[in-house]
Amino acid sequence: MIEVIDAERCTSCDICVNVCPTNVFDKTNGVPVIARQADCQTCFLCELYCPEDALFVSPFAEVVEGIDVVALKQGTLLGSYRRAVGWTDETRQLRSADRSYRLLGR
Amino acid sequence: MTAVGAVEYDTDVLVLGGGPAGTWAAIAAAENGTRVVLADKGFCGTSGATAAAGTGVWYVDPDPARREAVMASREKMGGYLQDRQWMARTLDCTYAQSNRLAEWGYPYPVDDNGKSQRTSLQGPEYMRLMRKRTKAAGVTILDHSPALELLVDDSGAVAGAAGLRRQKDDGWIVRARAVVIATGGCAFLSKTLGSNVLTGDGYLMAAEVGAELTSMEFSNPYAISPAFGSVTKTLFYGWASFTYEDGSIVPGAASKGGRSAIARALTQGPVYARLDKADEEVRRSMRASQPNFFLPFDRTGIDPFTQRFPITLRLEGTVRGTGGLRIVDETCATSVPGLYAAGDAATRELICGGFTGGGSHNAAWAMSSGTWAGEGAANYARLAGVPPRRRVARAGTVALRERSGRPFAAAQVAPDVQAEVFPYELNYFREAGRLRASLRRLDALWTTASRAGASAKDDLLRAREAASMLATARWMYRSALARQESRGMHRRDDFPDQDERLRSYVTSGGLDEIWTSPRVHTDAVAAEAAE
Repeated sequence: MIEVIDAERCTSCDICVNVCPTNVFDKTNGVPVIARQADCQTCFLCELYCPEDALFVSPFAEVVEGIDVVALKQGTLLGSYRRAVGWTDETRQLRSADRSYRLLGR
Repeated sequence: MTAVGAVEYDTDVLVLGGGPAGTWAAIAAAENGTRVVLADKGFCGTSGATAAAGTGVWYVDPDPARREAVMASREKMGGYLQDRQWMARTLDCTYAQSNRLAEWGYPYPVDDNGKSQRTSLQGPEYMRLMRKRTKAAGVTILDHSPALELLVDDSGAVAGAAGLRRQKDDGWIVRARAVVIATGGCAFLSKTLGSNVLTGDGYLMAAEVGAELTSMEFSNPYAISPAFGSVTKTLFYGWASFTYEDGSIVPGAASKGGRSAIARALTQGPVYARLDKADEEVRRSMRASQPNFFLPFDRTGIDPFTQRFPITLRLEGTVRGTGGLRIVDETCATSVPGLYAAGDAATRELICGGFTGGGSHNAAWAMSSGTWAGEGAANYARLAGVPPRRRVARAGTVALRERSGRPFAAAQVAPDVQAEVFPYELNYFREAGRLRASLRRLDALWTTASRAGASAKDDLLRAREAASMLATARWMYRSALARQESRGMHRRDDFPDQDERLRSYVTSGGLDEIWTSPRVHTDAVAAEAAE
C-alpha cells in the first residue's frame, strides 16, 4: 500500500491525487494526504507518475509495513520503478526494453 | 438515487470505462463522426487490469498458415466453444490496431534482426498513450466518475447513464443515443493487480435494463502472486518450482497446467515458489520485460531466483475468465437496444471459449471489441432514428431506491460475497451440493439487499460495487450448476469429464430470480442446417 509522501520532495502538484485509480489521496493546501489507505490496491501507479519520486508504495498489499523514511531516502528504492520503466530522462531507452517476445511461448 | 447536484451532458455515444476497451471504443466512435463522453470510475490511463500490468497481445502476422495454427492451438483448451469467424476478425483487427499504436508512437521493442516486436504491451506506457489519443480524438473524459445506473427511454432503449463525481462531491448525468459498457470484469476486490476497480458494475447496470450474460461459469481463474503482495504476473512462474513448508516439491504443481495442484496444496498449508529454472539470459529478459514483477522482491530483499517465497492464488473472476455480457452481433450490441459491450465486460467466449491462459487474447479482444462497439454505437446513434428529446428514466435498483428497509450496508456485503467466491473448495473445485449451499446464502444476501433502502451518499459507490459482486456471484454459480460437466476452466468434482453433448453456451440473466438457459454453438447450428 502507499505509505510515503515525502514532504521534502513533494511540490504539491497533485498528480497523484488525479491519477490514483482508487482515489486514495486528498488535496490539501499543501502536500496531499493519504486519506483512504485501505482503498489502495498496491498498483504502484501513483509512484510511477510522481515526477519528484516523492511517493513510495510498500509491496505489502494487506498490511501497513511501517516504512522508515530516513532509511528509505538513503537507499535507492525511491523512484526505482520509474527508472526501470524508462520514465526518467536518464533511462528513456528502457521504454522499449521489453523482451517479452523472447519469453512468450517458451 | 438521492438527489445530489449533478452536471449534465448531452452526447451521441457514452462510453463507461476508460481501460483499453473503453478508449478504443471512444476513439472509434469519435472517428465515426459522433460526439463522445467517456466516464471512468478512476482515472482513464491508470484504471483497470491493463494499466498496472503488462500484457501479451494476440498479434499474429497475416500469414494464413500462422493464423490457422494459432486459432487451432487454443480450441481444445477452450473446450471447443470458440467461433472461428470471431477469432479471425479479432486477429485482423488486433493486427491493424497494434500497427496504429506503432504509428502513434508506442515504443515497441526491436529485435536483433531489426524487426519491431508487437506481441506485448507495457501497461502504463500503453494506457498513457491511449488517454492521449482519446483526448486528441475530441472525447470528453470524466475521471473519478463511476457510473451508478443506466437511463432508459419509454421503449426500453438505453439512453445514457448517471453516476458520481468522487472528487467534486456531486453527480453526473449523461443523456446519450447509445452507451458502450467497457467497465471490465469482476475480480471481487481480491487485489489481483490493478483490479480493485473491477467489481462487475457494468453487469449489474446492464442486467437492470434486461441484458443477458453468457459463459458466467468460466469465471474461476486464480493468479499466482507472492502471498504478501499484489503482483499477479503468472507468466514467469513457468520457470518456478513449488515446494511445501518442508522443502519437498508439490507434485504436479506448475503455473501452466498444474495450478490446481497449487490450489489443493494451499488448502493444506503454505506453498513456496522459487524461479530456479530461469537461466541468466531468461532472468535478464524478465527484468527488462516486467519491471513491476520485481517490485515485491526488490523491496523486501528477496532474490526470487535463488530464494523461495510464500505464494498465494488470487481470484481473477471474469477479468481473466471468459464470462460477461452477451454479444448478439458483429457490432458488439447486447440484447438491449442502444447498449453495446466491449472488453472484459463482454463475454470472451467467441475467441477463447471456456479458457483464457493469459492477457494475450483479452488484450486483443479489448482492442477489437472496443473498436467494433464504438463503431456500432456511433452508427446506431446516427442512424437508428433516436428521437432527440426523449423522456428518460433511471433504471438502477439495489441501493438506489427508497425502500422501507434499512439502508444497504456495503461494508457487510462485500466480505460475505468474498467468503463464497474466494475459497478454492467452492469456486476452483465445484460440486453441486456446495454450489447449491453457496447459492442459498448468496440468494438470501440478495433478498436482504433488494429490500434495503437507498444507501447514504458516501456509501453509494461501495454499495453498488458490493451489489454488483453479489449479482455476479449468483450468475456465476447458477451457470456453474447448469453446466453438468467439466470444460475449459470450469471443473466439477461431480462431473470430472467433458461431455460431448454439452458443447453449448450457458446464457444467464435476471436479478431477483436468476435464470439460465442453454444456447447451441454456431457449429451445431451450421451442421443442422447442412443436414
